[in-house]
Amino acid sequence: MKVLAFIIVCLTGGLLLYGTGELPGWGDPASPASSHLSNHYIEHALEETQVPNLVTAVLADYRGYDTMFETAVVFCAGLACFLLLRDFRPKKDQYYRHVPTGVVLHVKEDAGPIDVGREFEDMDKDWVPADTIIKTVCRILIPFIQIYALYVVAHGDFSPGGGFQGGVIFGASLIMIGIATNLKTLIKRISEKFLAIFSAIGVLVYIGIGVLCMVMGGNFLDYGRLSPIFGEHHIRALGMLGVEIGVGIAVTAVMVIIYVNIVSEGRHDEGL
Amino acid sequence: MYWPIDLIVLTFVIFIAIAAISVRDLLSTAILFGAYSFMMCLLWAVMGAVDVAFTEAAVGAGVSTVFFVAAVFRTSRRTKD
Repeated sequence: MKVLAFIIVCLTGGLLLYGTGELPGWGDPASPASSHLSNHYIEHALEETQVPNLVTAVLADYRGYDTMFETAVVFCAGLACFLLLRDFRPKKDQYYRHVPTGVVLHVKEDAGPIDVGREFEDMDKDWVPADTIIKTVCRILIPFIQIYALYVVAHGDFSPGGGFQGGVIFGASLIMIGIATNLKTLIKRISEKFLAIFSAIGVLVYIGIGVLCMVMGGNFLDYGRLSPIFGEHHIRALGMLGVEIGVGIAVTAVMVIIYVNIVSEGRHDEGL
Repeated sequence: MYWPIDLIVLTFVIFIAIAAISVRDLLSTAILFGAYSFMMCLLWAVMGAVDVAFTEAAVGAGVSTVFFVAAVFRTSRRTKD
């Protein structure tokens, strides 16, 4: 079986390599890709969309419809993770550790999470003492990562970046809280309901801007029509920024949903 | 024009890819996938596709590695075959 698989892989790889020979050379000006549509984008994107970053102009304006459904796909990924993995059965045993003395309380009845005050902390079965170095480094780094993520979203019109990347970086900073402390701290700060609502809000912001353009009398996602509300100045860039913010919110929430569900087997109690 | 960098990075990509499928420890595979994504990110950057490189660095090398590690943490660390 392994030999067969190896032969199939080699054959497919050979076919792909053979097919690559027919592709136009890298940066070939005579290739079909760079002789029709690209020229229009390169020559007219700045005056048509007022956005210096061509990639953002194509993704969020010329092909805004495409990006909208990409956001919906990300949302569906989060939804699928939730539906497949989420396990609502309560955990039987709860452990609480009294911080000053180190005494561990073992609560056997499933009373749910108990409010134990500041002197106690939640414990997992595979609890290890929190590492001061990791905690401190994360505490210092996380604000900078989050500011950078916001910058990536807000500056996506002018430099590489945008909603997807910024959202992923912001989600990574939230995941970092979970890794540096424990999963319960993360869930206490950002509840499941909050994440679910925000992942939907992100998609709705995107669609809402498109619908708003329709209400103002234009086509779906025709940002130019928003000028009576937001003014004429750089209106298309502004519309794209709104769309990117929607993408960023959705991606952030979905990243955290996926991480929390995978790492705790859907129980939302113990994690990495 | 950047062919020496291209060549070095491509060699790394191939070696890491082979290593990732031949290593038996799945945690190492997760880390190798992160390294693979980072090399691909360098490759995109050399080709001038900075946006793609950025996405690859954030998604491929960053978050997906964390997802892989989380999945390995919850399943088994050794592969059967």
